[in-house]
Amino acid sequence: MPEWLVAVLWAILKATIALAFIGVNFMFLVWLERKVSARMQYRVGPYRVGKPHGWAQLFADAIKMFSKEDVMPAAADRWVWAAAPVVVFAPAVLLFVILPVGPGFGVQPDFNLGLLFLSAVSSFTLFGIFMAGWGSNNKYSLIGAMRAAAQLMAYEIPLVLAVLGVVMLAGSLSLQDIVEAQKRYWFVFPQFLGFIVFLIAAIAELNRTPFDLSEAESELVAGYFTEYSGIRWGMFMFAEYTNLFTMSAIAASLFFGGWNGPILPPVVWFLIKTYAFVLLAMWIRWTLPRIRIDQLLDLGWKFLVPVGLLNLVITGLFLV
Amino acid sequence: MSLTREPVQPLELDPRLGDRVRIEPLEGGRQTMTMSMGPQHPSTHGVLRVVLSLDGETVVDAQPDIGYLHRNWEKIAEYMTYAMTVPFSDRNDYLAAITNELALVQAVEKLTGLEVPERAQILRVIFSELQRITSHLLWFGTFGLDLGAVTAFLHAFTAREYCYKLFEQATGARFLYAYLRIGGLRNDVPDGWIEDLLSFLDQLENKYWPEFMKLLIENPIFIRRTRGIGVLKPEVAVAYGASGPVLRGSGIKYDVRKADNYLPYDRFEFDVPVGENGDVYDRALVRMYEMLESARIIRQAVKELPDGPVMAKVPRAIRPYGEVYHRVEGPRGEVGVYLVAAGDTNAYRARWRSPCFVNLQLLPILARGHLVADVVAIIGSIDIVLGEVDR
Repeated sequence: MPEWLVAVLWAILKATIALAFIGVNFMFLVWLERKVSARMQYRVGPYRVGKPHGWAQLFADAIKMFSKEDVMPAAADRWVWAAAPVVVFAPAVLLFVILPVGPGFGVQPDFNLGLLFLSAVSSFTLFGIFMAGWGSNNKYSLIGAMRAAAQLMAYEIPLVLAVLGVVMLAGSLSLQDIVEAQKRYWFVFPQFLGFIVFLIAAIAELNRTPFDLSEAESELVAGYFTEYSGIRWGMFMFAEYTNLFTMSAIAASLFFGGWNGPILPPVVWFLIKTYAFVLLAMWIRWTLPRIRIDQLLDLGWKFLVPVGLLNLVITGLFLV
Repeated sequence: MSLTREPVQPLELDPRLGDRVRIEPLEGGRQTMTMSMGPQHPSTHGVLRVVLSLDGETVVDAQPDIGYLHRNWEKIAEYMTYAMTVPFSDRNDYLAAITNELALVQAVEKLTGLEVPERAQILRVIFSELQRITSHLLWFGTFGLDLGAVTAFLHAFTAREYCYKLFEQATGARFLYAYLRIGGLRNDVPDGWIEDLLSFLDQLENKYWPEFMKLLIENPIFIRRTRGIGVLKPEVAVAYGASGPVLRGSGIKYDVRKADNYLPYDRFEFDVPVGENGDVYDRALVRMYEMLESARIIRQAVKELPDGPVMAKVPRAIRPYGEVYHRVEGPRGEVGVYLVAAGDTNAYRARWRSPCFVNLQLLPILARGHLVADVVAIIGSIDIVLGEVDR
């Protein structure tokens, strides 16, 4: 068999596995979020549909989502509105390319510009959100989109600053190299400041409470996706949960040694650390109230950016 | 930044969108956007519509638009006998049904000069205070929800469920009780009820209340969201006729329980919590501490609960003559009933003074200059029930 054909088939296989995992992971995370919130709120949670622990609930949810009517507002900007979920959905899937699941294992784990790719692709979500908000021709959606634009721009910078500290230590933009560099110690210890900045900025980038201002149910109904129903709404949810997993995986890879760990296989360590961050994000979501847009921007520009820069200076001095 | 809207130019309406987009000019060629918050909105607590004029996200003006729940009940009350009106009064402020019933039955009792047995009086105190706790628990939950704290909402409902069980045991209903009668109560409390009540109070004081404080009220994000927001100056509060925690949050120590003593409150020791700054945070704190004070009153009332009947001898047909205004302290403020009786079995005129209706007038004053997110917090801090506002 020619070499190029092997490469193509191998790529197709990897993409298929990744896409299958993304789908299953989405359903699992939706189920997990329900269970975590139920536990924190002294509720029994969804457990009736399928035992044990309501495992079939996620299928019921999926059927419901697919079968709901797809309503488009009469005065919507038709194409912008329809394209928005796809534009939000695509970067979430694309980011899977760089995840280092194990040593040399992943879709393209040894991508030597991995973190640059992360920064570039994750910013793309903003376009989708803004398209949804603008195209809906709904004032709540518009305000939500404006908020999202301000928020994502304000938090992209500290996110990159936090990541740069790690890059300086590892001397590479490849996530595979960064994980390899943590064989002796996790970067969370020398980069604790950077980790805090990354954690806050990542939750803000994910649009999760206390930073879920672009959807802010109690203020903007559902913000930028107020006018979406059925499968289109599902795509926003899909993107949100997939981004949650990706961001958690990147946090685990940058600061907690990624797939490094004793006894268990690397893939298992990767998943354990990733889901630990997922659980942390869920814990935060179901504990804290939402902050206000001006406070959010204050936190980003006046606290996270200076702390991120300070972290870079300290890291630089340490390396010198 | 100037918030003045003068001079107002003719509206520019986009013919394609009807009146959905209303653009008004500000200084420097900028324009305000008019946005309807409600009547179907997660944070307008029912069917309140607030017409917001926004400069970006800054509120230039916020005008409440009410009437979506109007049921004409004051007029209906004029066509029913006094006793038949009692279940209707429950529907007024459905989160404080007992207090509404109390205002009505006591107004009729005042008109007729009926003497209510002492046990019924003390039980009325207990139920009024339990209702205040129930109402404040719901306020706590929904206020948390307004600020994005969903867990606080469900925890509050867990605690509130205990209250509902107590009401259900005593009255047979969970929400709309029709429990108070002209001359007393429909029935006495069942055996073991007092023990259940005290057990609930133990849980409230030792478990739920501290948990709520830690979960929400003392949370730094909550504090930053509520301090200095929607400041109501005491003189403005008085000028607008505010009452209840909205008034007391501004530092004015006025409570109908102390001022009018419509039930034997003078026999019990309790404090009236007041705020210092009149902001959203102070109004929240006042309600939180009121829950503890209500528990304190109930504990004393239980100790003084005498044996005896809970219903006076009441004539089959009540035909009072004269007019009366009677007020009680509801969870949201002064609930007042004005009745004109012309010697018939029904009132010639019935009018209701509902605290939410009065307090809601303050919304434009409190909201101007703040952000959309603050409007939600301010509405929550007024603690409105639209059933009472619209009647």
